[in-house]
Amino acid sequence: MTAGMASAGKAQRLILGETLVELGSADERIVVLDADVSSSTQTCLFARAFPKRFFNFGITEANMVSAAAGMSTCGLIPVVSTFALFLSLRAGDQVRSQVAGAGLNVKLIGGYAGLSDFADGASHQSVEDLAIMRVMPGMTVIAPGSANETRDAVRAAIEHVGPVFLRISREVVPDDSPLTGPFRIGVARPVCQGTDVALVTTGTMLPTVLAAWAHMQAEGLSVGVLHVPTLKPLDEPALVAAARMAGAVVTVEEHSIIGGLGSAVCETLAQFRPTPVIRCGIPDQFGESGGYAEILQRAGLDWSSIVRCAKRVIAMKKEMNS
Amino acid sequence: MAAHDVMAEQCRHLRNRIVDMAHAAGSGHCGGSLSCVEILWTLYGQVLRVRPSEPLWPDRDRFILSKGHAAPALYAVLAQRGFFDPAMLATLRKTGSMLQGHPDMRKTPGIDMSAGSLGMGISAGVGMALAARLAGKDFRVYVLVGDGELQEGQNWEAMTAASKYGLDNLVVIVDLNGVQLDGPVEQVMPMGDIPGKLAQFGLDVRGCDGHDCAELSAALGWAQQLTGRPKAIVARTVKGKGVSFMEGQSAWHGKPLAAEGYRLAKAELAVKP
Repeated sequence: MTAGMASAGKAQRLILGETLVELGSADERIVVLDADVSSSTQTCLFARAFPKRFFNFGITEANMVSAAAGMSTCGLIPVVSTFALFLSLRAGDQVRSQVAGAGLNVKLIGGYAGLSDFADGASHQSVEDLAIMRVMPGMTVIAPGSANETRDAVRAAIEHVGPVFLRISREVVPDDSPLTGPFRIGVARPVCQGTDVALVTTGTMLPTVLAAWAHMQAEGLSVGVLHVPTLKPLDEPALVAAARMAGAVVTVEEHSIIGGLGSAVCETLAQFRPTPVIRCGIPDQFGESGGYAEILQRAGLDWSSIVRCAKRVIAMKKEMNS
Repeated sequence: MAAHDVMAEQCRHLRNRIVDMAHAAGSGHCGGSLSCVEILWTLYGQVLRVRPSEPLWPDRDRFILSKGHAAPALYAVLAQRGFFDPAMLATLRKTGSMLQGHPDMRKTPGIDMSAGSLGMGISAGVGMALAARLAGKDFRVYVLVGDGELQEGQNWEAMTAASKYGLDNLVVIVDLNGVQLDGPVEQVMPMGDIPGKLAQFGLDVRGCDGHDCAELSAALGWAQQLTGRPKAIVARTVKGKGVSFMEGQSAWHGKPLAAEGYRLAKAELAVKP
């Protein structure tokens, strides 16, 4: 395996918009709701293709989510789109009480997730959405990475009967990634196995993780990589297997280290395979305006920070075993 | 007996069931349940196109109890209408019961939308009304909200949407009982001219006596006109209606009905109208 990403890639939100159009032409039950950000989230493509099945609710996220709940009870498949922050927090009670609470077939698309709305700053960046959505009983939570995986995940989310939260970045993702097996909800995707440390990642961080992997491989370390596009239900066997082989784990996510992938991994490993873990992610603080690469780096989400965390956790493992 | 008297007698029966349920449960919201008995019974007894033996019939009219704490009233009405055995009413709020403290569409036949957290019902109704239009179906959607509940801003978001889409298949009914948990609505958070506000949000508005089934029936008939605008019926009611010591009292929003209170309530409700 090589870490190189040959392809140019595409904005993940654009892939979302195109895929919705594709699926919308095959299934008339699909309707799309947006809250005045359709030209940002790219659901405007669906609006253009199927104007009668697109509903712009204006800046009323809570109202939009409740309306989607109502639609779903009448047999439609509502796809609700806005920024991940507003979907998870402004409409959090509606997601909990109606969508998750009644197990309704509503698809929640959280756009501009993580720090990907970099220039707008903390008010628009979403570092809490996975934590909030993961704790909702019955919610399926997906954070796809590459373009191909995003297409597959949108399709799978719509085919799945029940509430789904799908996390989408504003920014460019690679066309494909070197992953094992097809995308399926609830199934982690191993890239490679390793005996020194396992890097466990989700969403759009895989290219950065692969850069860290290449650097450590070159130093002679044996590094496993496991991509976890479904945060919930979590693929516990795959996670335990990677932890058992490596004995040390680093989690990498463009999300707070509280409540997201890092927490999910720690919860699982503490119960089934106690293993030292270091969580790479946004520290317990808000985001900031800046260049995308710069603010990711300041949050510790560049390849060299991942390498530092990996070496720390390997040292922890050795200390525990000595 | 005249039709009007039959309805009144049925409502007295429903009130008895509500206080029986609250007493058996040891908790529950009597005040807001007793204020909407005539509204619910006029809907389910005369207006709604439903099939109790087929609660998920796709062409049924939808009803959303947005003020979900009035669940005891809705349960009593659904049982009366034949959606489930009235014997179930004694299980309200008990462990394992299908009758939860607030409506749960996954547990109770006849509940079209779960509720409890206030202010969400009209929005859900907007979604259902849009779905009806998209499918070319002629079912109607009715949503009951409380006047205190209208303090939640989402109601007004929902009404802008109902107005934008011209949802004349949507009827919002306000149970205007004037009292909320902490006191009179006019003290806790005054809502001002509710009919005027509804009209300004683009709804056709009509008021009526919310304890007069004939007036309610006429208002609900008026609301079926396809005018291109959503409808609102502002039903003037009394919180705790039918039990003198509960009437208009915020203390009875959610207070448990102990032995002495239950005895007094039942004595008053034993008197035929």
